[in-house]
Order: sequence, then C-alpha cells, then structure tokens
Amino acid sequence: MARTMAEKVWEEHVVRRAEGEPDLLYIDLHLVHEVTSPQAFEGLRLAGRPVRRPDLTIATEDHNVPTMDLLAPIADPVSRKQVETLRKNCSDFGVRLHPMGDIDQGVVHVVGPQLGLTQPGMTVVCGDSHTSTHGAFGALAFGIGTSQVEHVLATQTLPMQPFKTMAVTVNGRLRPGVTSKDIILAVIAKIGTGGGQGYVIEYRGEAIEALSMESRMTVCNMSIEAGARAGMIAPDQTTFDYVKGRPHAPQGADFDAAVEHWKSLRTDEGAEFDAEVVLDADDLSPFVTWGTNPGQGVPLDAGVPEPSSFEDPSARAAAEKALAYMDLKAGTPMREVSVDTVFLGSCTNGRIEDLRAAAEVIRGRRVADGVRMLVVPGSMRVKEQANEEGLGEVFKEAGAEWREAGCSMCLGMNPDQLKPGERSASTSNRNFEGRQGRGGRTHLVSPLVAAATAVRGTLSSPADL
Amino acid sequence: MEKFDVHTGRAVPLRASNVDTDQIIPAVYLKRVSRTGFEDGLFAEWRKSDPDFVLNRPEYEGASVLVAGPDFGTGSSREHAVWALQDYGFKAVLSSRFADIFRGNSLKGGLLTVLLPQEVIDRIWAAVEADPTTEVTVDLVERRVRVPAADVVEPFELDDYTRWRLLEGLDDIALTLRHTDDITVFEGTRPDWKPVTL
Repeated sequence: MARTMAEKVWEEHVVRRAEGEPDLLYIDLHLVHEVTSPQAFEGLRLAGRPVRRPDLTIATEDHNVPTMDLLAPIADPVSRKQVETLRKNCSDFGVRLHPMGDIDQGVVHVVGPQLGLTQPGMTVVCGDSHTSTHGAFGALAFGIGTSQVEHVLATQTLPMQPFKTMAVTVNGRLRPGVTSKDIILAVIAKIGTGGGQGYVIEYRGEAIEALSMESRMTVCNMSIEAGARAGMIAPDQTTFDYVKGRPHAPQGADFDAAVEHWKSLRTDEGAEFDAEVVLDADDLSPFVTWGTNPGQGVPLDAGVPEPSSFEDPSARAAAEKALAYMDLKAGTPMREVSVDTVFLGSCTNGRIEDLRAAAEVIRGRRVADGVRMLVVPGSMRVKEQANEEGLGEVFKEAGAEWREAGCSMCLGMNPDQLKPGERSASTSNRNFEGRQGRGGRTHLVSPLVAAATAVRGTLSSPADL
Repeated sequence: MEKFDVHTGRAVPLRASNVDTDQIIPAVYLKRVSRTGFEDGLFAEWRKSDPDFVLNRPEYEGASVLVAGPDFGTGSSREHAVWALQDYGFKAVLSSRFADIFRGNSLKGGLLTVLLPQEVIDRIWAAVEADPTTEVTVDLVERRVRVPAADVVEPFELDDYTRWRLLEGLDDIALTLRHTDDITVFEGTRPDWKPVTL
C-alpha cells in the first residue's frame, strides 16, 4: 500500500505494537535543555533508574542563558540554579553537554542540525515544542513534556498515539523579498492555530523544494504554531549535501548506504493524506502578525483587520482582545506601526542564512533613532561563522547589539525582555501576550522585514528602503 | 500518580479561546527545579493585572474544574502548565479543543482533560455563571460529564488505554520497562550509521 513519509518513518521505529495500546516508538535522538529536564532527572534519581542511552542524548544550555558578559556568573539566582542543575545532571548521568562558552552551545534546535546529529528518517524528541524544526530533514520530530523526557531518558522509547497526515503544497516560486517565514506565517493564518491539530504536516511542492535546508527548518519549526504534532519535508539532494561532512554525518560507504535509505523515505506516488492544503507561492508577500497568536497575521501591505470581519464569534472576540492588548486600531496600515525593538534570532530565524539576509539589508545603513536591535545568533558556531564573514561588524556598525547565542528575547527567560508597552518586530515564533516580557507587544516577521524595520522604525520590507 | 475515577467539584468559567501555555504559566515561573510549587505562576499575569479575572473572584475560590474556551494549551511544551493547574487545585479541564502536547502532558500527569462540544461548554458556562456553586462531575469510569443544574449528561471520548492508566494511577515508565527485552531486540536491528553523541 502506498504510504506517506511520516507513516514510513513511524513504522521503522515501532518497537512494540499491541491491540488497544499505543505503539511504542524508538527514539533515535533526544535533545535536552535546562528548563524541561530537571524534574525528569529527579524522577530517574528517585526511582534509581539510569539513562538508557546517553549516547543518543545531548544537552545544551539555551533558554535561560544571558547573551552578554558570559564570563560573569548568571545574575538571576534561579536561572543560575537551573543551569547548574543541568550541569550536575549531565555529569551524574553521563550525558554530553555543551555549556555556555562552548563553541557548540546554542539553541538546541540549531545545535542538532549543525553537528549533523539530525538526519533523515530519524525520530527526534526534545522537551521543547519547536523540535518540529528537525522535520526539515525528513525526520519525525516532536516536542514532548517533562514526563516524556523522563520516559525517553529511562527507556529510549515513547508510547505514541496515532496521528493523521496533512499535505501542505506550496506551488510556484517565491518572489524576491519573500521568504520561508512568510510561507509559514501565511499557512498558519490560513489554517489557524488549531488547524494542524492531530496531524503531521508534510510540506511539498515546487516552492518548498526550492528552499535551502535552513529555510526549510524555519517552515517546519512553526508547524507547532498551527497546532500540528510535527512538520516534515522529503529529503533530497539539498538535504544530503547539507548533512554530508558534518561531524556526526555517516562517512564513506556508510554515507552512501544512508542516502540510499533516505531516498526511500519519500511519500509514495498515490499515497493519501487525511487533509490537503494548497498555497500559491506567487501570491505570497512579506507577512506580519497583528495579534496575539501566530494565526493573526496579514500581508505587510494590508491593514489591521476589523474584528467584525471575522464570522466566527470566538475569532471575533479574540481579535478584539488582541487589538486591545496590542494597542492597535482596525484599519491602520501595518506599515505605519512603529516599533521600539527589533529581535533577530531564535530557533526559527537564528541561523547563518538568516543573519546573512538581514546583514545584506542593513549593510551601510543605520538602525533608526529610538530603536534597539538585538542580533542573537542561534549558536556560538553561527556567531563564529558570521564574524568570519564580517556580518558581526555590519550589525555593530549599523548600531545593533551583537550578542552571544541563546533563546534570548524569543521568550524572555533571560534578561533580554521587552518592557511593558514596548513593541517589537521579532523573527521568533510566538506573539503571545507577554511572551517577550510582561506587557510587551510582538509582531512576528521574517529576517528581511526585521532588518528593514530596524532601519525605518516602522514595519517595513527591504523594498521600502 | 494519583488515581482518577470520579471527581465532583465547583467550576471556573474561562471564556477565552487560544489560551496558550505562556498565559497558563509565564516563562519566568519555569525556573524551579522541583516538581511542585507552581501554583503562583498559574495565569500569573492575568491574576496580577486584571482584578476581574475569574480566578480573582471570590465566588470561584476552591473550584477544581476549569471550563475553558477552544484551543486551550497551545504553544510551548512546558509540562509546568499542567503542574501549575494541579498545584492550584484543578483536577480536570473541559474544552472543545486542546493543543496536542498540552493534552498529552495532562493525561500523563493525571489532570483529566475532557473534550466536549462547544455547545455543551456554553451551557456549563451559563450555569456556572448563574450560580457559582454549581457542581460539575467528571466521571472517568463511565466517561461522562454531569452537570445537573445545566441538564448536562454528556459522554466524552478517551481511549481505553489512557482511561485504564488513569483509573489505576499507573506510571508509564514502569509499564514500558516491562518490555525492555523488546527494546533490546529492536536496538540490535538499528543500522550502524545512525549517529551517536558520545
């Protein structure tokens, strides 16, 4: 029977199947960070259980870490304790850790792919919803809670309920200035924050195939913002070229054997999806959010929508509440919305290509008066590469702050936060109330829009410069 | 894990859709390394900034069933959202749609998340707002929600396996460890080129 890619990867990992029970799936890679793991390690300790496969586990420090003055102790004692707890847990249980100051430290979803640990056909989990990022390689990758983190540490498996499959096909070609971030924001605006619920989404079509690996990661990263369990893209030559030569990639004959297998993972001709959504890339333009969930987005050319334009009463109420929180009036052109802060970074858009794209826009220009721009590379290796390419200098000369790696203002667990009432253009993934700091207001944008917005001080695309 | 069979308690009507986990517990409250003590973080921002927020209203004090709008628990995978609800005293959450990860976390930890049609949620909201002492019964044995004051006797779906695990209060890990031999056999079949971290 013709099968989808998600079904194939799932089947390859079934350890045990029994009538009336969820399938027990084997997990190839478990990524760990300081926020969702302490209670899991504590659970192991209390039960006297070891980590079954430390060699399939890797940890880094990202959510809490400061992005400046790395040599000083973490000022917030509670954050410091969480980071210290991770260090002790990794040491006690034999788990490899990339701590602050290490070249491979960074946002966990940037670190895995850059080390070559994320490969097609794998099952990847992490106590973080943006684990869907790794689906860009054709891996089945999903975010899990702390109970499941403990379960994977103890057994290297997870009992999983079956999923449904959704194809999101993006035909045509993106116009210049339109990016993979705009694709995914448009998808979420179309299907809604619950539209992907219960599904593993497979992104396909000409526009997806044309994307670089890093752009594909941006798309899969935000699958969770549509409520999906995971997002995937079929591995192809772009994928193989990206993996080849990385520290943990298979080598020589092993690589050839792996590629042979990876090619077999593509969705079979004639396989049926439970749901299908089609978009045309030619119709897309830079997208920005106006509200407090990632589905509340419009093209930059549009205005803030009228709540009365939403038929569904709960969507209308949500729009009214969002406009009040965001302090926006219906009908205001999005281009007239001015910001105090621009954040470039995160697991969505903190990779080298994102920094290159933004630097190209900002080169030779200045960040507008009264605007603060934070550039936070996704990992220390990304930072090193950006410095080698002179991008750090470009940002600094423009008046932006060139920081160290971490999750930073994406969720404001470290000191990088918006103040009450401040407004940001942010390349991250969530515009929830208070997400970037208490009372802060967030507009989600692509790296290109972020850079142009930093220069003009109002939501803008590079074409406006 | 505590067993769950039948729970009866008063309810809190939370008339909002898309209540994401950053609202349920903001990120600054995620820094604890213990498993308890998250109740202060529950809806912290709304409790602080809005005196009329439902959890600030004395008539709902001591309620143990949260009746929420659609798409409850979207966003982050933080299980702290479940812990915060439990530490505050909630035993069950009713909604017409939950985000997947939140739902998975809740059912692991023994917080029963119950899917009901929005029309039923509307009726429960109305009954609870008219009389905050209205009692709601969540019966996992019969898989029914009963609210006599709103004339609600509504069946809900939950797979047999999860129901059994919750009724018995069983630890998922102990259940899986019964199949360690299967895991070992599976490990013997994995290709050599799969990556290792050490």
